[in-house]
Amino acid sequence: MSTTGINWFKYSSPATFYPLAGRMIPWFAGLAAVATVAGLYLGFFVAPPDYQQGDAYRIMFIHVPAAWMSMFIYVVMAGYAALGLIFNTRLSAMMASALAPTGALFTFLALWTGALWGKPMWGTWWVWDARLTSELILLFLYIGYMSLEAAIDDPRRASRASGLLAIVGVVNVPIIYYSVEWWNTLHQGASISFDKAPTMADSMLAALLVMTFACWMYAIAVVLARVRCIILERERHSEWVLEVLEEERR
Amino acid sequence: MKPRHKRLVFIVLGVAGIGVAAALVLNAFRSNLVFFFSPSEVMANEAPVGRSFRIGGLVEEGSVQRQPDGITVHFRVTDNVETIPVVYSGILPDLFREGQGVVAQGKLGEDGVFHAEEVLAKHDETYMPPEVAEALEKAKQRSGADSATGGDLP
Repeated sequence: MSTTGINWFKYSSPATFYPLAGRMIPWFAGLAAVATVAGLYLGFFVAPPDYQQGDAYRIMFIHVPAAWMSMFIYVVMAGYAALGLIFNTRLSAMMASALAPTGALFTFLALWTGALWGKPMWGTWWVWDARLTSELILLFLYIGYMSLEAAIDDPRRASRASGLLAIVGVVNVPIIYYSVEWWNTLHQGASISFDKAPTMADSMLAALLVMTFACWMYAIAVVLARVRCIILERERHSEWVLEVLEEERR
Repeated sequence: MKPRHKRLVFIVLGVAGIGVAAALVLNAFRSNLVFFFSPSEVMANEAPVGRSFRIGGLVEEGSVQRQPDGITVHFRVTDNVETIPVVYSGILPDLFREGQGVVAQGKLGEDGVFHAEEVLAKHDETYMPPEVAEALEKAKQRSGADSATGGDLP
């Protein structure tokens, strides 16, 4: 059925994906480590202080990537959940459930670093403006997704129910992203967006982008490692898992 | 139609339906989702009367007056169209300064003065080194006073 020459369905089989993921993890983890060191160096030593906020703005080098990742991972998670529901592929559902904890972690990081940034700059840890509130709802969506999946014993029913929740929740992502444009918020608008030049100095932008790359690599490495565990757990009765375990024991 | 096509259509329609529903709900709650009112909106009587609300705008240049008691401060909040005088007793955030964004929560008094209970600083999305900001400021001064009322973004 494929005309591109790559049989995508081959890689959607857990038995093929498990060793592939195992081979990819060290690369992504290595890139994550290198990019984190480089990004932190750029952020703390190369980027200049801000004309208004002095050095306090530097928390954005983790805050902004975390916030981006929290939204993006949710979209990817909902995409995998949809694929799982539509094609009934086992691996898609496993990927969705492997993404959720990392997404929740980044959402929590975005909220927490935002509070630490808000107190000295705005004068408050938290306000109920549209941006902050919708990001908090995203955290609840992640937690709800994980709880729902954990609450149902049969993994296939669990991933159907939680997948549906993930897909419904995806409407929140554009709300988070555009909240600062649609409503008056205490949170400032986007410094980097699709339709205008970034409103920050080049060296700050470089540090931000390198840190974002580091978060990407970290997320991929961790999610692949987690999905390998989920694959083993859910496929534990199949032949190939027994063979893999046998081989690893040797 | 194969079952998986049916499921695809079902999910696409479902997401579209939820999107429309969310848009309608958010539109209906539009006025409740506003974090602050601008001075123009307050002057147009769009802000709630008799209860606490927030105003947001820029602290007008040259309007900040500190009282001898050390904690009371008078200033004016402007959106470059309308201006509202504000009085506040308490600790101001570090970023509070003339020409900067501010969001104040409190009540509008009979005298037209906004009595703030909380003042938060709002900064914009522009980040730059101090030298660049200085250079921009100088360039602005050189280009004359014709655009001196801006003060929001360089």
